[in-house]
Amino acid sequence: MESRSSLDAPTPAEVRVLDAAVGLRHDTVDARVIRRGPDRRHLLLPALHALQDGVGWISPEALGELCARLEVPRAEAFGVATFYALLRTEAGPATVVHACDDIACRVHPDYRDPAAAHAAHAAGESVGVHPSPCLGQCDRAPALFVQRSGAEAARWRAVGSVADALATAGTEPASPRVLAAGPAWLTGRIGVVDPASLEDYRAHGGYGALRTALAVGPDAVLREIADSGLRGRGGAAFPTGVKWRAVAASARRERYVVCNADESEPGTFKDRVLMEGDPYALVESMTIAAAAVGATRGYVYIRGEYPEAEERVAHAIDRARHRGLLGSDVAGSGLDFDIEVRRGAGAYICGEETALFNSLEGYRGEPRSKPPFPTEAGLFGRPTVVNNVETLHNVTVILNAGAEAFRRVGTAESPGTKLFSIAGSVANPGVYEVPFGTRLDELLALAGAPGAGGAVLLGGAAGMFVSPDATDLPLTFEDSRMAGLTLGSGSVTVFDRSVDIGDIVERITSFFRDESCGQCVPCRVGTVRQHETIVRLRNGSALPDDGELLEDLAGVMGDASICGLGHTAASAVTSALRLGLIAGAPASSGNGTGR
Amino acid sequence: MSTPVPVGLPRRKVDVQVNGVERSAPEGATILDVCQAAGLEVPTICWAPTITPVNACRVCVVELEGARTLVPACSRRVTEGMVISTDSERVRASRRMVLELLASSVDLSRAEADILRWLEEYGADPQRHGADRARVSEPVRRHDELYVRDYDRCVLCYKCVDACGTEAQHTFAIAVAGRGFEARISTEFDVELPESACVYCGNCIGVCPTGALIFTREFDLRRSGQFDPGAQAVTTTVCPYCGVGCNLELHTQDDQIFRVTSPADHEVTSGHLCIKGRFGFEYAGGARPGRPDTSNPETIRDADAPA
Repeated sequence: MESRSSLDAPTPAEVRVLDAAVGLRHDTVDARVIRRGPDRRHLLLPALHALQDGVGWISPEALGELCARLEVPRAEAFGVATFYALLRTEAGPATVVHACDDIACRVHPDYRDPAAAHAAHAAGESVGVHPSPCLGQCDRAPALFVQRSGAEAARWRAVGSVADALATAGTEPASPRVLAAGPAWLTGRIGVVDPASLEDYRAHGGYGALRTALAVGPDAVLREIADSGLRGRGGAAFPTGVKWRAVAASARRERYVVCNADESEPGTFKDRVLMEGDPYALVESMTIAAAAVGATRGYVYIRGEYPEAEERVAHAIDRARHRGLLGSDVAGSGLDFDIEVRRGAGAYICGEETALFNSLEGYRGEPRSKPPFPTEAGLFGRPTVVNNVETLHNVTVILNAGAEAFRRVGTAESPGTKLFSIAGSVANPGVYEVPFGTRLDELLALAGAPGAGGAVLLGGAAGMFVSPDATDLPLTFEDSRMAGLTLGSGSVTVFDRSVDIGDIVERITSFFRDESCGQCVPCRVGTVRQHETIVRLRNGSALPDDGELLEDLAGVMGDASICGLGHTAASAVTSALRLGLIAGAPASSGNGTGR
Repeated sequence: MSTPVPVGLPRRKVDVQVNGVERSAPEGATILDVCQAAGLEVPTICWAPTITPVNACRVCVVELEGARTLVPACSRRVTEGMVISTDSERVRASRRMVLELLASSVDLSRAEADILRWLEEYGADPQRHGADRARVSEPVRRHDELYVRDYDRCVLCYKCVDACGTEAQHTFAIAVAGRGFEARISTEFDVELPESACVYCGNCIGVCPTGALIFTREFDLRRSGQFDPGAQAVTTTVCPYCGVGCNLELHTQDDQIFRVTSPADHEVTSGHLCIKGRFGFEYAGGARPGRPDTSNPETIRDADAPA
């Protein structure tokens, strides 16, 4: 191949893509029209997406041109482009199939090894097949995500074999299974309303909560959210009211509301189902948050593997803006607030809130050191409310029903309902809405999980295995904490007796090895060593001290990593060892927390 | 002279406890500042006095009462009443593992003496990770006579990136590319340095703690087995090129300059130089016929002495 340089001219196709994505070159346009300098760096990831979609890769010439337009150093832009799994910096096939080989899909009867799928499809040179971490489609396992590029760029998700996926381009995926045992506060409209229709949303109670919020004012909204006891559904269970009040009380006027829709925890898909089925509720909730904390700008950061969710949320924002429910005078109240959708590009770590900010700002998705916390210095260094999709959906519920009614469901410490993504060896994978306090075995029965034996992974790759005889656990934040477990993002992945849990554990260690951002030593090297050790344990080549080594690795990752990814990278391994779930490995005496 | 000079609000004092001893520090100080003032050694790799901490290496972690995890001493600022342990068993265990993980993945044989000492002191044992363990494996990038990039030795401390970027040079020729264990310091598309934005200031070499970035002359001396600390000298002088007056430290062996540095505490340079001060020493390179022997301290005029 001829030598290509980022100083050479891009192709006309690349120029067209960049014109649409970031505007003209800075030296050809009136400085009053396009603001120059670092102000535009946040356009870097959208522009890289545009190149990937439109041209199929990010060439040196296109990167050079993009950097000239945005005034971003080329080396830094290359560092950003190479951070993400959905962006390529080498020319390749126009169609790439990302085939999930993660924990839920790999136990499905129809699952085939992606390498074998690739071999079966080798005739088609124009298609690449890559194994992929969880695509958030576990209820439709085995899942594939097809990434296409070119003039007729189209991205969709399909089910079955690679050949099927390519043959059935554009087919609508099956509707997700959603079931509520108790109040259907979060899921009531899913499958009932037309997700494209604002009118239909309003006919089903939509925008009543915003009307209430605007009528009672910010202080009353903050009090209602605080009194409701709502806690974050993304995994950390932080009290939402505390977060909102901190931002509202900030002395800085420029504030942001960010929705973390980068749902990437293996086995989790409830946020996808919420966004696809009830997108206006998210828009309404974010508007209420903005009114409460005084933000003028919101972002929804949706993982790149969720094209339907992205389209529906973007459409809902567009319709809401058209009807005056977003913009400079929301619903005639004088509130100035608008929302923009940003697409992730294939990086689990960007679900960590500070990594998400960096990604959105056009930097590598590396977590920041905390403190300072987002409420003080979040997106663009400003006070920021960052909430998970499900957390935000609860906001309209609380304002419609009132904090008191909200607290009547669930437990004192965990009020309300919780969504669980149930997949794996179950008859009815799907999203289940149950009141907090429902027992795990009750939930499993709802989904048609097999009886005795097997194992359950609670909380995804960052979670822990639950012993088959401990499934009477009440699903609340406090009970799971007491049991040394975590609800995490609410994923429940079920493995029947036939599943080799050692294989699942090995996949989890390889997941963390692949998804570590690489910033800090404990996680960057520790996740590699943990994977190597599990492979040794499973193939009979264990070293004498490997048990101790795993404990030491769990210790340093849990104690000295920068962020939650490293802190939890050994959780599932440690719990599997403690329960003796890995064939050939000695049951560990560790306490399961890695400390 | 009657105009008052604004000095801002006086800095408040913060009282903390370190290893059971009450210490006080000015508001805004880091835990590392407090430890250094108290004469307590806290190991650091990615920290440098002239660079904003990125707290990536995690070898400086300490135990903070009430915190769920250990915290990085280099960047965590002290607040009133903190109770800190810098040498508990928990702290030592994490430091040992951090050092061990680094030594298991890259070649630390040319690392700063302190790093080699800590490997011993903390009992890091990289061999227990097995002979087949993944290691960073990169070709030596020796593209010119100025400096070599030997990324088998890179611990990704980000110091070179920061020195190239906002912390010193504002050139932004290099950044971290890739992710996880595959993350590497790289120019865009790994182009060679002359094609990149690099201006050959060599400030990346100046901050590299492991010898991954090294003068080509030093690299060649070491590779040929002729590197001999016993035959070396360091001569302090002032850069002759412009009027800024940067202090230079010329590292020589057998009258040949193999490395040029500037003291990190020098108020003009903070340890950083430009291409001329860093690499423009050809003319001083040893005893060519007809030239004065500039490597002999006896014949060099003291720059600070009156003419």
